[in-house]
Amino acid sequence: MRFGVIRFPGSCDETDALLACRRYGDAELLWHGDRDLKGVDAVVVPGGFSYGDYLRVGAIARFSPVMESVIEFAASGGHVLGICNGFQVLCEARLLPGALLPNHGRRFVCRQVDLEVANVNTPFTSACQPGQLLSIPVKHFTGRFHAPDEVLEGMEAHGQIILRYAEGNNPNGSERDIAGVTNEAGNVMGLMPHPEHAVDPLTGSADGGLLFESLSRQTVPA
Amino acid sequence: MNASPHRELGLTDAEYELICQKMGRDPNGLELAVFSLMWSEHCAYKHSKKLLRGLPVEGPHLLMGPGENAGAVDVGDGVAIAFKVESHNHPSAVEPFQGAATGVGGILRDVFAVGARPIAVLDSLRFGELESPRSLYLLDGAVSGIGHYGNSIGVPTIGGEVYFEGAYEQNCLVNAMCLGIAGHDRLTRSAAAGVGNLLVLMGARTGRDGIGGASVLASAELDTEDDSKRPTVQIGDPFEEKRVMEACLELLDRGTLTSLQDLGAAGLSSSSSEMASGGGVGLDIDVSEVPLREDDMEPFEIMISESQERMLCVIEPHKLDELTEVCDRWEVRSSVIGEVTDSRHLRVLDGGEVVGDMPVDALVDDCPLYDLEPAAPSEQIYPAPPRTLDADDPEEILPALLGSANLCSRRPLFEQYDPIVQSRTVRRPEDADAAVLRLYPEGDSAKGIAVSIDGNGRRVACDPYTGTVEAVLECAANLACVGGEPLGLTNCLNFGNPEKPHVAWQLQRSVAGMTDALTAIGVPVVGGNVSLYNESGGGPIYPTPVVGMVGAVPDVAATPGAGFGEEGDLIALVQPAGFAASGAGSELAKLRGEELPLGLPAIDIAAVQAVLDAIRAAARTGKLTCIHDVAEGGLAVALAECCAAGGIGAAVGGFDDLFGEGVGRFLVSGAPAAVEALDADYELVGTVGGDELRIGDLAWSVNALTGARESLAPAFA
Repeated sequence: MRFGVIRFPGSCDETDALLACRRYGDAELLWHGDRDLKGVDAVVVPGGFSYGDYLRVGAIARFSPVMESVIEFAASGGHVLGICNGFQVLCEARLLPGALLPNHGRRFVCRQVDLEVANVNTPFTSACQPGQLLSIPVKHFTGRFHAPDEVLEGMEAHGQIILRYAEGNNPNGSERDIAGVTNEAGNVMGLMPHPEHAVDPLTGSADGGLLFESLSRQTVPA
Repeated sequence: MNASPHRELGLTDAEYELICQKMGRDPNGLELAVFSLMWSEHCAYKHSKKLLRGLPVEGPHLLMGPGENAGAVDVGDGVAIAFKVESHNHPSAVEPFQGAATGVGGILRDVFAVGARPIAVLDSLRFGELESPRSLYLLDGAVSGIGHYGNSIGVPTIGGEVYFEGAYEQNCLVNAMCLGIAGHDRLTRSAAAGVGNLLVLMGARTGRDGIGGASVLASAELDTEDDSKRPTVQIGDPFEEKRVMEACLELLDRGTLTSLQDLGAAGLSSSSSEMASGGGVGLDIDVSEVPLREDDMEPFEIMISESQERMLCVIEPHKLDELTEVCDRWEVRSSVIGEVTDSRHLRVLDGGEVVGDMPVDALVDDCPLYDLEPAAPSEQIYPAPPRTLDADDPEEILPALLGSANLCSRRPLFEQYDPIVQSRTVRRPEDADAAVLRLYPEGDSAKGIAVSIDGNGRRVACDPYTGTVEAVLECAANLACVGGEPLGLTNCLNFGNPEKPHVAWQLQRSVAGMTDALTAIGVPVVGGNVSLYNESGGGPIYPTPVVGMVGAVPDVAATPGAGFGEEGDLIALVQPAGFAASGAGSELAKLRGEELPLGLPAIDIAAVQAVLDAIRAAARTGKLTCIHDVAEGGLAVALAECCAAGGIGAAVGGFDDLFGEGVGRFLVSGAPAAVEALDADYELVGTVGGDELRIGDLAWSVNALTGARESLAPAFA
């Protein structure tokens, strides 16, 4: 499995994501200004503040040359994982439903939270057990997941809500405790918590590694 | 001509005459503006330089000492840690969000200017009492500003400290410390070299923000009409700095740059003259080549603007294309604005016209240095703090102390910072007494560093000498708890107006205490900063020497935490021979509204050092669960903190002095065999277990103690 991790100007966690991916496969950085995805098998859109995020989070990154290719890659069934700012970018790019709004507390919050795996039948969670609790940190200002009720109902029906904050762990006021979602096809995932910061017990937890492990088990299209 | 423009710029008549003498003529307006900044307290350290000469600046691990943008120590494997702490007090008192944000931005630039990638930020904050609306406003703004900059640029904020005391009501302190990592061969100095080499300005455009900030804000007392000074506070843009940082680090990796310097206080004036001074050369700067935010700026404004996110470098002419390519890729502006000359003059041109011509030595070296005129006050100069606690019953005192502003949990504050980006953080805030980072996130090496920043101003107000010794030993104690061996120290001396005899006395005694403590424990100062004139109508702040230390940790996986672990673990108390706790100047004395004493009990530094050595060795065994330094609030507070952190109770014997303080005491806990193997004089005091903290006949539920510590949350509601 070869992962490609996008680097936008203003990305902060791209090196962390790169190191996490390398625990489970090969990985390289993809430059925002370059349309070439270098033939990678999965794309990670990392955390940070792409282009400074001075307009609306993810709003500018969504128009970068590399994202044009990522949109095509996703349309053809490629696996795309958006973490934090990456989740926001994927929502802006309409690859994922819903939007991320400022936290209820109107403050940046960094906290180790427990997540409950709500669907293990996805390329991102296949290494998890149903209902398993994962300890993974969040760190964001704009992480409150929102979508209209009818959209949420549809997402529930299609099993697109794959990670929820465990009871008492919702750090931002996300609707239905939603922490991570997929698109309807199930090949694009976004989550606010940072699995790349939970791949080693020494730095807090290895639970986030399960997401990368799940992805690495995917058969690579010939 | 106005009767005395130099006075308005903060220069004395004698200083002005000296400038005329060095110039051989009267300076023009631009030259006078540049001199006034270069000869300000902030740039020239004219009231502190003589005093600082006594501090130890040599040590076996020192690679780069004071005088560079940041100092650096050797951590082995050919790797260096560069670090420095700096103040941004006055800007933060005027506009806390931008003041604190640009404080972080400035210290980051200092670190990547020496070629090191910033890997951590810590901050040290002081505000008035939490009950004051102004304090809440400043606290909220400063914390948001630090988070905004650090979080956005991808450098973790791994630790820090905050105290609330009435003496900081008008004049808050915001000190930021940054650490960076670099190979020894990558460490870069700022000295300009190579006549004919080009001077290139990188980063943001130059605007009118921060004009005269250093001289106006940092070198005079604040008056109550702070708002009029708001235009002198700089505005920060972390996204710009992120790109500038990546471009600079890549250019250094490629060996493109001859030297690099950040633009901080006094902008182009100080960065260019310091580069020229360091290299024994001259510089020609053409201000018409400087990209501007506003078209109609005067040459003098361009020279002294403190616009943020700018760097100045010297390169060989044939490397210009390479520099341009890298800067373009990172979308960083770069402009050739001048060249290195052999004139030893800083010449300022505006197109073809020379608009200023100053000898570099006069700017950098010839500012007169003043002797302080210290006089010890005959009685305490600070008023007693307000009485907020009447109880005499220890069962009531402990929760009151735990909930007091200086001792309660800092979680609501540090949750606003990202402490984990870059994947090095092994011990986050409140996990242990010091932050612990592994050096190499990409490999299997367990090698790391420990970092702490400390400085309790009220203790220094009680006794400038002993209080400062305590600050140094406290910082070393925090490192010892996680097995950190101090490699070097950076300091920020925050004091009042040094021209006042009692402040001069505080400064002199404090530096003497720092010198003695550092000499005794063998730790050099790698660099730092002095912030004077921290006064307002209410008088001077508490004298506040803030010290930051970096220590070597051979195995980060071995580091104990600060919370009790398992039922049945033993608890030992380790303290220096002859230790006696004292209530003088303690947190309890503060809550009781007692007068600050003038003098604290003397410290046997050698005895404390022996304990630090033993604790550090114990921490490194990897067999202990918890090591926690007994600091403010004394033994009862330390026990409660260990219970709260571990979520488990403890039972210990009675003690004569539950709340007395003093430096060098530690609680050590772990499995019985591990505790009994301690290679130190220790006293077994109790066991871990249950859901209560029991001290002799007294008992508190751990839940209640944990709840008592959560009193800071409303400040951020």
